[in-house]
Amino acid sequence: MTTMTRPLPVPADWRDFLALTKPGVMRLVVFTGLCGLLAAPVTIDPVLGFTAILCIALAAGAAGALNQWYESDLDARMKRTRNRPLPAGRMDRQAALHFGVGLGAFAVILMGLAINLLSAAILAASILFYVVIYTVWLKRRTPQNIVIGGAAGAFPPLIGWAAATDHVSALPLFMFALIFLWTPPHFWALALFVKSDYANAGVPMLPVVAGEQVTRTQIGLYTIPMAAAAIAPWPLGLTHAIYGIVATAATAFFALLALQVATRRTGADDRMRPEKRLFAYSIAYLFIIFTALVADRFLS
Amino acid sequence: MTDPQDDEDLIRRRQRSRARVTALLLAALVILFFFISIAKIRSGTP
Repeated sequence: MTTMTRPLPVPADWRDFLALTKPGVMRLVVFTGLCGLLAAPVTIDPVLGFTAILCIALAAGAAGALNQWYESDLDARMKRTRNRPLPAGRMDRQAALHFGVGLGAFAVILMGLAINLLSAAILAASILFYVVIYTVWLKRRTPQNIVIGGAAGAFPPLIGWAAATDHVSALPLFMFALIFLWTPPHFWALALFVKSDYANAGVPMLPVVAGEQVTRTQIGLYTIPMAAAAIAPWPLGLTHAIYGIVATAATAFFALLALQVATRRTGADDRMRPEKRLFAYSIAYLFIIFTALVADRFLS
Repeated sequence: MTDPQDDEDLIRRRQRSRARVTALLLAALVILFFFISIAKIRSGTP
């Protein structure tokens, strides 16, 4: 009797598992979560604080892995994402699914056991929101995908605050609203200069579906409530002048860049410099706002 | 076509490096859980 010998599958490298967690995105998530934790009006044991931030990072990694598991076909069609472990064929889909589910479950259980149930519940909700609501349900169906999906990225400061205080109050809700309303101008600025990539992949991003002009107008319009959410904590007495002054100045600059993008008309060979500038500054903007929030808590 | 011996070597290398990373992560978790327990005992929370 003869037996067929099948080649053994090559296991994925550990670096590919790391890449699956989207470390670049995780940086901002960890930072805003840490700021939520530090801005809370109580002090948390440093070990427990570290554990809470670790859980937020692991949950973000799990959500990123499950997003890549579900979207591997889509990632293969986009220049920006085609070298990720799944579309590049360096990992099989089942390994990515097991890794994502395992990592997410571990993060939520650890948060529940070591910190508190409220932060664990919000953490679980944030993973489910990103994977089920954004990735599976909205992303391929509606140009409003990132508007509603933006809530997924807005959870970390809320989780950080809940980890420290075991409750949620007005200030972290404003931080949630700020990130939620910041997401559309941030993503649409990116979508304007990688429009063809999204169109090729069949993702109904706003510039692909409604056109460039509508997207520009929406960037301008969303900047208004975003600015209100960023500045409001100061006049409402939730923060002091340090946050108020920094937030007002940083938001004014954001609004200026957004206005520039909103009122532009572009030709065929446009290099999209203002859009790239707005996208780059929008990331720095969140770092500035959240750093100011923590500085305000400790210096005022 | 790739040499089966090369594939075998690559698989072994990958398995070794993954085992090493897993061992490091488990060791880090043991240390973390120890310090979490100490923090919980000190603060008197369950």
